[in-house]
Amino acid sequence: MLLIYCPYCEVERPETEFHNGGEAHIARPADPSKTSDEEWAEFLYMRSNVKGIAVERWRHIHGCGRFFNVVRDTVSDKILKVYKVDDPMPDLEALAKEAGR
Amino acid sequence: MSQPFRTEKGGRIDRGQQLTFTFDGEEMQGHKGDTLASALLANGVHLVGRSFKYHRPRGIVTAGSEEPNALVGVYRKGDQTPNLRATQVEVYQGLEAISQNRFPSLGFDVGAVNDLLSPLFPAGFYYKTFMWPKAFWDRVYEPVIRAAAGLGKPPKNPDHDTYGNIYAHCDVLVAGSGPAGLAAAVAAAETGAKVILCDEQAEFGGSLLSDENATIDGKPPAEWVRDTIVKLQGMDNVTLLSRTTAFGYFAHNYIALAERVTEHVSDPDPKLPRERLWQVRAKEVVIASGAIERPMVFPENDRPGILLADAGRTYLNRYGVKVGNKVLIATACDTAWQAAFDLADHGVDVVAIADLRETPPENLVAIAQARGIRVEAGCVVTGTLGRKRVKAALLGRLMTSGQVASAGQVACDAILMSGGWTPTVSLYSQSRGKVVWDETVGAYVPGKSVQHERSAGAAKGLYGLQATLEDGYAAGEAAAKAAIGKEAKVTYAAASGGEAGQGAVLGALPHDRNASRVKAFVDYQNDVTAKDIKLAAREGMQSIEHIKRYTTTGMATDQGRLSNMNALSIASGALEKPIVDVGLTTFRLPYTPTTFGLFAGVARGDHFDPVRKTPSHDWVVANGGVYEDVGQWKRTWYFPKSGEDMHAAVARECATVRESVGLFDASTLGKIEVVGPDAAEFLERMYTNPWKKLAPGRCRYGLMLNDAGFIVDDGVIGRLADDRFHVTTTTGGAPSVFATMEDYLQTEWPDLDVWITSTTEQYAVAAVQGPKAREVIAPFIEGIDLSADPFPHMSVKEGTFCGVPCRLFRISFTGELGFEINVPRRHGKMTWETLAGEIEKHNGTAYGTETMHVLRAEKGYIIVGQDTDGTVTPQDAGMSWAIGKKKHDFVGKRGLERPDLVAENRKQFVGLLTKDPKVKLEEGAQITVAQNPATGTPAEGHVTSSYYSPAMGRTIALAIVKNGHALHGKSLYVPMPDGSIEVEVTSPIFFDKEGARLNV
Amino acid sequence: MKRYSFLELAKNAFSAHQNWGRQWRAPEPKAEYDVVIIGAGGHGLATAYYLAKEHGVRNVAVLEKGWLGGGNTGRNTTIVRSNYLWEESAALYNHAIDLWDGLSQELNYNVMYSARGVMMLAHTVHDVQVAQRHIHANRLAGVQNEWLTPEQAKEYCPPLNISKDIRYPVMGAALQRVGGTARHDAVAWGYARGADDMGVDIIQNCLVTGIKRGADGAVEGVETAKGFIKTKKVGVVAAGNTTNVMDMAGVRMPLESYPLQALVSEPVKPAFPCVVMSNTIHAYISQSDKGELVIGAGTDQFISYSQTGGIHITNHTIDAICELFPHFRRMRMLRNWGGIVDVTPDRSPILSKTPVSGLYVNCGWGTGGFKATPGSGHVFAHTIAKDEPHSINAPFTIDRFKTGRLIDEAAAAAVAH
Repeated sequence: MLLIYCPYCEVERPETEFHNGGEAHIARPADPSKTSDEEWAEFLYMRSNVKGIAVERWRHIHGCGRFFNVVRDTVSDKILKVYKVDDPMPDLEALAKEAGR
Repeated sequence: MSQPFRTEKGGRIDRGQQLTFTFDGEEMQGHKGDTLASALLANGVHLVGRSFKYHRPRGIVTAGSEEPNALVGVYRKGDQTPNLRATQVEVYQGLEAISQNRFPSLGFDVGAVNDLLSPLFPAGFYYKTFMWPKAFWDRVYEPVIRAAAGLGKPPKNPDHDTYGNIYAHCDVLVAGSGPAGLAAAVAAAETGAKVILCDEQAEFGGSLLSDENATIDGKPPAEWVRDTIVKLQGMDNVTLLSRTTAFGYFAHNYIALAERVTEHVSDPDPKLPRERLWQVRAKEVVIASGAIERPMVFPENDRPGILLADAGRTYLNRYGVKVGNKVLIATACDTAWQAAFDLADHGVDVVAIADLRETPPENLVAIAQARGIRVEAGCVVTGTLGRKRVKAALLGRLMTSGQVASAGQVACDAILMSGGWTPTVSLYSQSRGKVVWDETVGAYVPGKSVQHERSAGAAKGLYGLQATLEDGYAAGEAAAKAAIGKEAKVTYAAASGGEAGQGAVLGALPHDRNASRVKAFVDYQNDVTAKDIKLAAREGMQSIEHIKRYTTTGMATDQGRLSNMNALSIASGALEKPIVDVGLTTFRLPYTPTTFGLFAGVARGDHFDPVRKTPSHDWVVANGGVYEDVGQWKRTWYFPKSGEDMHAAVARECATVRESVGLFDASTLGKIEVVGPDAAEFLERMYTNPWKKLAPGRCRYGLMLNDAGFIVDDGVIGRLADDRFHVTTTTGGAPSVFATMEDYLQTEWPDLDVWITSTTEQYAVAAVQGPKAREVIAPFIEGIDLSADPFPHMSVKEGTFCGVPCRLFRISFTGELGFEINVPRRHGKMTWETLAGEIEKHNGTAYGTETMHVLRAEKGYIIVGQDTDGTVTPQDAGMSWAIGKKKHDFVGKRGLERPDLVAENRKQFVGLLTKDPKVKLEEGAQITVAQNPATGTPAEGHVTSSYYSPAMGRTIALAIVKNGHALHGKSLYVPMPDGSIEVEVTSPIFFDKEGARLNV
Repeated sequence: MKRYSFLELAKNAFSAHQNWGRQWRAPEPKAEYDVVIIGAGGHGLATAYYLAKEHGVRNVAVLEKGWLGGGNTGRNTTIVRSNYLWEESAALYNHAIDLWDGLSQELNYNVMYSARGVMMLAHTVHDVQVAQRHIHANRLAGVQNEWLTPEQAKEYCPPLNISKDIRYPVMGAALQRVGGTARHDAVAWGYARGADDMGVDIIQNCLVTGIKRGADGAVEGVETAKGFIKTKKVGVVAAGNTTNVMDMAGVRMPLESYPLQALVSEPVKPAFPCVVMSNTIHAYISQSDKGELVIGAGTDQFISYSQTGGIHITNHTIDAICELFPHFRRMRMLRNWGGIVDVTPDRSPILSKTPVSGLYVNCGWGTGGFKATPGSGHVFAHTIAKDEPHSINAPFTIDRFKTGRLIDEAAAAAVAH
């Protein structure tokens, strides 16, 4: 059971208060009609499935209800950073180095 | 004399309290403070069980939770709990224990024939045989193997005990209360940190409770333990948990503890749970799990009467029990010598100390000689005699050549052995730390911490009382500092005595016997011998994981705690690789076997999953309604009158709704309030339909797809104002639709000014459907003109019901004139009961989900999840009309354009009528072109819904069928086991195709 | 290869089992192979076995980063069944069932396939509808599956609680009698021994670090911890690690890897005759030949390669077991562990050629790959040998995610009403 910090509520809460929303920073194409089948499949299904430093979305379903992003090492499950949806993606390499990976 | 092996004095048992217990029906005495093991030993009983494979007689080996042999069943309340360790079962008045894995009795076990046949049963033998004849595997061989395998008998009756659950937070959790653990707890507690100290044993103190020689701060160790516990008990920031095993170390410093609350009491308080699960989020953890002694791997090292040396010392000093009258010490480690001295001091005849080492420490030799104990240096045990109890040992002298020369036989009734110590790194490993091989310790010890934990004392291979105490204090201080940033001045206690023992041995010992014939056990319970491990290596099993799985070493109920290091060493020799290159199996939770009930806790019956009830619940119960489970909801399925079966009830309910009026509880439907200047734009994007032009006060059916293009939900949406919509969803889809909306709104379209709120729980909904619906509700509604002109089909208005604010929808899922009255949840019961009373006057009926299904099927309305299955598009469902043609985008639009979704031959939604109107199709039945299709013929589709339709006076069905829209009027077949059923493909709308009944 | 038999066992007893040969060699890799399989789990080893046996392709290496059979093959709950809904799936899994039957004899290695029956419980009206649909579809497809009333289910599995008083009472069950269990390690070992005997090199502790592609894009070889190995055909059978291996060839995959937990109880005398699964309340249970109750749990909600999971997942699983079998509440958990399961969007596997010439992939088995091991290896070997899919795995392409021609086993169990 992970312990997750909600950047909106500014509290740490157990994982069961949250719902994982899958890989972060996958934007729905602005104009889907202009995408090829390949691009649409990429958006719908293709995932980085990172073994290591991954960026994922969580939603505080039993709290504020907000989505936010989490940088987590998928091998150790350690959370390296939490940031709001409108914040830019942090420097993952720097985070990895900091975490000793 | 009762308890012939009990010492005259000493030990921590309460000699004033004599307790009677039985073992295999034989009555014996013990004392309060005894474990079953110590009490059996006091009575001279060593033979307590049979091994797994060879059914060899086995005795107590240890004094702790790592016990591999002394597994017993304990009867309580008429049922038995299997596989309990006699070393952990506390004796209480009336305890009934039985031995296991033997037939007909422990003394005479027919399974012991396996021991004679053991040459046929080397490691992995079952992979090489039992293959012919083929049919014999599951009919003959496997049942025989299964009956022989297993240990205890499973419980027979449902468990009526309860189990508790506690969530806790602390700054420092200390697991283990030996010297290191106690010191750590004291040091951490002094800083004011919130501390939890747990220990698996009944008493705190660990190894200190069996040490009579050392002193701490000038006091005997047990006295220091008592004083320390008293001190900790007096501190508000400390929680002390005995009989509590830290069994699981999870991510983010989440630790699970199992507390045994009542099992040690003969007549427990019925209000107390049997066990309690503690789920602890600890800022820091100190692992003070100590070390356990290793058995020596010599031939016939498994006979009853052969114990670990430290266990012998524990039984003597802690429990006042002598393990025998003539005891041989076999060791490679100093610590066993102290056991010899303690025994000798209690008048036991220590027949010899056989130390593997050529030159054991002189001081120890001197002490032994002072007590007149024979010392044999450079000497190993090469075999033992005695079937149900050891009666002699063969000794061998180690020659410089590496050979062993016989050194005669020595009579004894017990052997205490020590191959040295293995730090208990299980919890550390569970925390995902990587253990490292420490050559000086001769064991794996914890490496770098990956979570917020530190090991202290023997758990990290640090021995000796003074050193362990100091390490414990330091660990406690460091943990508290890391957790709360505070330090305190702690006076370290000073110990004398309890020096670290030197010397150890790993692996199989040399001997002068025929290596291929003797059995030197590595894993006692699973009967794995040194030979087995060598065989596995010979057969190409190179990884320790392969060796473990092939031989089953380390897979017994002690999970290799006793056997792993010896097995590794033997494998290392056989593979001619250093130990570190052989690898190490992974320690997994639980640290010791943990009761299922503990995990399940209170989750049974109605507490298994929340029960969601609608406002009509009490009325339904009082009126004999039958429930069905729909997700967590209890929904009324049908309302049988006396004598009616389901079919009759549903037929009556259907007819009544069409003839007069029916009342249905629609509260379970999901409801979402969508509000804001961009509300219409938002729905425009979420649903296939257009919303911008929908006038306030009007409703529209909404169809929701996923971005792959498949139908995922539907529901009626009412526009209350320009900027406010009342969205309804399916019952099951409510949470996911809301989550999906939030997802798109927050992460794709944050620019939209919209708020969405789940209001499923805020409204109770009563649906009144039927020609007389208007008359039924009219007396109670105020503020809304119900007549058709201002309030036509697909309208919504706000008014009051019995003076309570309500949102009144004029909608229908039956094809009849219908209203859905949404009132605040707290008025739901009143609303339902008021309407239930009113419909009586109109010869109406309450109806359930089954009737709802029939009525909607007569109208060809789909149920998402029944008539669709996540592979159906709006076109497939015949609902192209629901797609806003002018919309540039909506969720699913692009998905719908993918090649397979526009391909020919898609399965489409149709109606089916059986040739014989009395024949009702089975839901899920397959549809074919051929009347008698050959096996393997692809189906054209399947029946999604099928009912008897009172309105049509016949059966009807809905289906999805390949190219179904083009097949209306054509015949197809539904092949069933007892013959094929001919059906005609029709429109899915069977009743009132024009919808005249809706618009009245 | 020395054949195994009772006679051989008896003969070896006289020589104290000193003369058994290796079950497989520990070769160093050659410079070049006709085919390189990445991943020595059950599926990878079966692929190599059938490449050698059915297609005469014997110059094959199976590269394994750890020890053979050490991934999900050695961690699963060993359930075998084929009563899947869609014709494509049923054909694939039934192909496996056909091979399971007789596999011990074929491999001359007792894999202990035991057709003790797999019973899937229905707890709601919707469950009943779904189960019935499966049964009807299976009957047409020639896949054995039958409906049991609660009373019949209880008769088949006496420990089952069919009381109406539990939270989700049992409304019936779908029983596949040919379903059952097999000994997972033996499957890996039997295929390894068989493949090795035909010349396949199984190279353990050999991490693949790169897939080399030529100017034309086609596969030329693999970089490994033991050096470069030349080959024109690479079959990736890496389960949870597939995404990472495919990344080396520049192919994106529709996969996510989740932790899946399982656990066993302490061994007890025979207490459970079959396999029982409940998808609705998430419980999977059988009893091993050794006597342990083998219980499968659900996945955690997030991607992880940790091979562990949260206790709340275990708690929920044991809740369900204790609800259905209340007398097991006093049993005790001996060991809990986790695997990494690679899950596709439609919960069906991918057994396919890829956009890269010479690169083939077998993945996406999610929580249920063990049961398919023989069938999967068999058709994947065909795909690699012929450079075109077997008719059975032809629908299981990567391309289906582009066209939308999914084989959606998950959707078919969608929540109703």
